[in-house]
Amino acid sequence: MTAADGPAVLRADNVGVVVDGRALVWNVSLEVAPGEVVALVGPNGAGKSTLLRTFYRALRPTSGRVTLDGEDVWRMTGRRLARRLAAVLQEAPGEFELTAYDVAAMGRTPCKRAFQGDDSEDRRIVMGALGTLDVAGLAHAPFDRLSGGEKQRVLIARALAQRTGTMVLDEPTNHLDLRHQLDALRLVRRLGVTAVVALHDLNLAAAFCDRICVMDAGRLVAAGPPAQVLTADLLAEVYRVDAEVGPHPHTGVPQISVLPGDLT
Amino acid sequence: MTKIATSRPPVVTAAGGRGRVPYTLVLAALAVAVTMAATAGIAVGSVRLPLGEVWAILLHRLYAPLAEPTWTPVRETIVMDVRVPRILLCGVVGAGLSVCGMALQALVRNPLADPMLLGVSSGATVGAVVVMVFNVSLIGAFTLPLAAFAGAFLALVLVYFLARAGGRMTTVRLVLSGVATAEVLSAVAGYLIITSGDPRKTESALRWMLGGLAGTTWDLVWIPAAAVLLGTGVLLGLSRPLNLLLAGEEAAAALGLNVHRFRGALFALVALMIGTIVAVSGSIGFVGLMLPHVVRLLVGADHRRGLPAVALLGAAFLVAADLAARSVITPEEIPIGILTALTGGPFFLWLMRRGAAR
Repeated sequence: MTAADGPAVLRADNVGVVVDGRALVWNVSLEVAPGEVVALVGPNGAGKSTLLRTFYRALRPTSGRVTLDGEDVWRMTGRRLARRLAAVLQEAPGEFELTAYDVAAMGRTPCKRAFQGDDSEDRRIVMGALGTLDVAGLAHAPFDRLSGGEKQRVLIARALAQRTGTMVLDEPTNHLDLRHQLDALRLVRRLGVTAVVALHDLNLAAAFCDRICVMDAGRLVAAGPPAQVLTADLLAEVYRVDAEVGPHPHTGVPQISVLPGDLT
Repeated sequence: MTKIATSRPPVVTAAGGRGRVPYTLVLAALAVAVTMAATAGIAVGSVRLPLGEVWAILLHRLYAPLAEPTWTPVRETIVMDVRVPRILLCGVVGAGLSVCGMALQALVRNPLADPMLLGVSSGATVGAVVVMVFNVSLIGAFTLPLAAFAGAFLALVLVYFLARAGGRMTTVRLVLSGVATAEVLSAVAGYLIITSGDPRKTESALRWMLGGLAGTTWDLVWIPAAAVLLGTGVLLGLSRPLNLLLAGEEAAAALGLNVHRFRGALFALVALMIGTIVAVSGSIGFVGLMLPHVVRLLVGADHRRGLPAVALLGAAFLVAADLAARSVITPEEIPIGILTALTGGPFFLWLMRRGAAR
């Protein structure tokens, strides 16, 4: 069993993605320090998922580069990257008779050679990951028939089973109820991994992330600690909503209340 | 704490892995099924042999002191030169089609994919029909299978390049290119048959298209047997990446798989296997569609467990189907493809209704 790699420095250098003449991501530079949790927020179509896809080798950037501890992720093999960086995606397996365990166990693949079986250590890691996400009881249930939130937690468990020092999470709180949203983000914090998390919920982002990066129309328009970035002006400009921002009376974390009126 | 596990309806755990038969037991049962089907397949025919004699002859051939020859030499010839090669080829074809079906279903990430979907078998049909209609006989008994393989190979190349654009091979494009190529090639084969104007050629072409393993000799067994054995071995080595394909394109990439390159290589491997099989058997439908389903229900979707099981089940099923094809209306022989379609069609509908009832 290979020991888990420590948290790495994840860097994007002037990353651009142009598809059919449309710039989905343009000139994004971003550095995430080891163990830092960065939220990626922005309106629909801002390019959050596209940027993340260049991190886990699903989409090659048309310009710029993505590095992990200085090494270009597009110059290493997929296997090598998957041992150091795990991704939680929106895409879920369907149709086939996979159990929740089968899905989570895929996370062990990057550490395995052809013809190499799963040993007790692998099973322990997979069951442990399912247990952490509160779905160990569903291990042998068909993945297809789980609820949206249960599926999401199994997919997070799969990434956990990869035992990487860096994680990329695309809307990990999707479909999750309030408690499991908190659990998922608390977990990312507790793991101590370098993480980039695309989130829609700005209050969650403010509460759990060291830094918030705001994307709009493919560009990075703001980045910094939550209290600096999340301002009424920025929300008006990027999301076109009228909002009030103020520190929470107990936690001091910036809290956003969106007002129902139209922005004038 | 949470009540997730206890508040579920019991059906979930019943259908899950806990309720499954142990894997080794499934494999053992399938091995027994193959042995029984093969024994029956060798015993039944125009000359009916006692089961004990079948085994005595086989054991004697394997290692002479194992059994005292009490049978006539004619019977030994029937067993060794007529029935064994046919049964062997049957098993190889059944195993090969099932394994290819399972791999293909992962490749296009659709449990309804069938080896006949790729256009490869239609290519083989065109090759075979050309030989039959124009009476080509360059290299004796090998002419037909070789021409069929050449047709299959050309179809493979065609589908491959149609499905691949800019280094990417998407499942939708693969299915569409396969289906379109199959339609066009079937039309070509149909045209050749209709315009040949010779009812005997028409009949032999039709028989070939419906599949059959009559008149199998030892010469014809080795190449497909080697191809299926080798191909299945390689696929077993690839079963982890095959599992990843089920997770979806992005997830597979995130888990370290070079999805487009792997799909291309997998398609080439599976298509070559199918081409080799179809070249000797004609197109036999539904085997590669149906049996992977049965195996997934029995042992789950993990290819490391599924591939060996489906190979055994496929071999047993096709040997049994061939036996039925030979004995239902003796001395006539029904093309085996008719039988597999007759059992496969209703199975498919059952599966569909079962899926809808979920």
